[in-house]
Amino acid sequence: MKLISGRSLGQARGKVSGKFSEDYFRNAAVCELDPEDLKVLGISPNENVKITTDTGSVVVRAATASQRVQRGVAFMPYGPWANAVLSSETYGTGMPSFKGVEAEITPAHTEKILNLRSLIEQITKSQR
Amino acid sequence: MTDTIVRNVVCTFCGATCDDLEVTVENGKVRQVRSGCSTSLNKFLNYNRERHLTPLIRKNGEYEEATYEEAVRRSAEILAKARYPILYGWSSTSCEAIRVGVELTEWVGGVMDNTTTVCHGPTMLGVHDIGEVSSSLGEVRQRADLVIYWGSNPVHSHPHHVTRYTAMSKGRFHDGRKGRTLIVVDVRKTDTAKLADHFIQIAPNSDYELLCALRVAARGDELEQEEIAGVSAEKIEELADLMVSCEFGVIFFGVGLTMSLGRHRNIDAALSLVRDLNSRTKFLIMPMRGWYNVDGADQVLAWTTGYPYAVDLSHGYPRYNPGDTTVIDILQRGDCDAALVVASDPISNFPLETAKRLAQIPVITIDPHPSATSIVSEIAFPSTIVGIETGGVIYRMDGVALMLKPVVPPPPGIRSDVEVLSDILAQVKKLKGS
Repeated sequence: MKLISGRSLGQARGKVSGKFSEDYFRNAAVCELDPEDLKVLGISPNENVKITTDTGSVVVRAATASQRVQRGVAFMPYGPWANAVLSSETYGTGMPSFKGVEAEITPAHTEKILNLRSLIEQITKSQR
Repeated sequence: MTDTIVRNVVCTFCGATCDDLEVTVENGKVRQVRSGCSTSLNKFLNYNRERHLTPLIRKNGEYEEATYEEAVRRSAEILAKARYPILYGWSSTSCEAIRVGVELTEWVGGVMDNTTTVCHGPTMLGVHDIGEVSSSLGEVRQRADLVIYWGSNPVHSHPHHVTRYTAMSKGRFHDGRKGRTLIVVDVRKTDTAKLADHFIQIAPNSDYELLCALRVAARGDELEQEEIAGVSAEKIEELADLMVSCEFGVIFFGVGLTMSLGRHRNIDAALSLVRDLNSRTKFLIMPMRGWYNVDGADQVLAWTTGYPYAVDLSHGYPRYNPGDTTVIDILQRGDCDAALVVASDPISNFPLETAKRLAQIPVITIDPHPSATSIVSEIAFPSTIVGIETGGVIYRMDGVALMLKPVVPPPPGIRSDVEVLSDILAQVKKLKGS
């Protein structure tokens, strides 16, 4: 799949309500897919999915894209969940790879979605 | 209790900075907001949630409350001692704060970068190469009969952009949608695309190809392929005809162009297309700037150092080399040894590997609200909220300066970004002077 990240209204509203709010978590820790892709992958909306790229992996909630994506394209709102699997490679431009990244998406029924504090712990645990 | 109604308040969320909000204040708190989009309402009504009201300093791995003076002293020590600090953020604060930030960066010999670096940095590079035909949003509102959003979804990112300034706005020569054509080019059928007369669904990472094909078609040359970037040659020719035959066209482009494969080369192609079109008709192009004062951050840096972002002052004079002096590249190389983050949350907004590197160095944050970045910081200052509790100057996405006015008082004892930065700067001067 090609993974793109971007602004969503829900994520923006959640962000200004507080980065640690339930609203932000619900709207940012999500991956939107075409309904046919969801079927092929054996995933129902609201089930957990694992997104894996060359950078790493993250578990988020799956959703049917309300703003239609093409088959083979996955959309995640901006935020630390998307950034957990996006690359820092700038190709000498200063801009990391936030869009069009190759990703594998698999069902993750038994895995938990980390909240923001747990994600931060992942970022810092090897440092402190 | 008596309510106070404050009119013509500027919204400090996105780069459209709508200046028609009506805010009702009761007992020093925002009670109601009118005219705002849903994001704006959430911002103004929830501004006081999740505040931290005391400076925090990390001691033995744990945050402890500290006096303001101690936090200023420790921050100045970290920055003055650092060999190559980065001073980052700036797009959600006032130009006055950014100006102090430039002086502080000069004193500590660091790099000042703003969030342009992860949104429209490639746009800057494209503009350096090609130039930009632009105007104020007022001109667009009055005159544009063809509006194109490319890689931008303003219904979500700039919710009132379409109604205030473009396809659905009431202008002198065009009243709302009547007489205006709206085209959306995107990889998704976005909510903005649902409003469009023409929606072009492009394959991911192929904007450059489509822009080049449009340049060919706009020149009147024949396209040799049947399909380019997932779009039929027939559709591309139809689009080119619409562009050439309009009276006043405009492309608003988003990070769909700057973040996709090609980066600044996509911008080169878009700017070149608009340059070509101006030999046939009147055509403009404008980036959809994200944060409310990201343009101001570029403006202040440009008028003080000559460069809009990624300015390295470590040599005592400004150096600018995006890809080298940009904050992602500096962090990835592991070059910096301290960071000051103002009004931004790079731990959330940067890719994981870069966030991890930032978490390895001492970070000082100045932010009204706790964030992933403030949580990993050595020192976290609370501050007032610009545009709600503090005034200042900001720049709208089209480069129009707007004056903000505070609508409610800040919590007692909380200082503005300008005050905190000025106090750190004064302390740095003492340390460096001695």
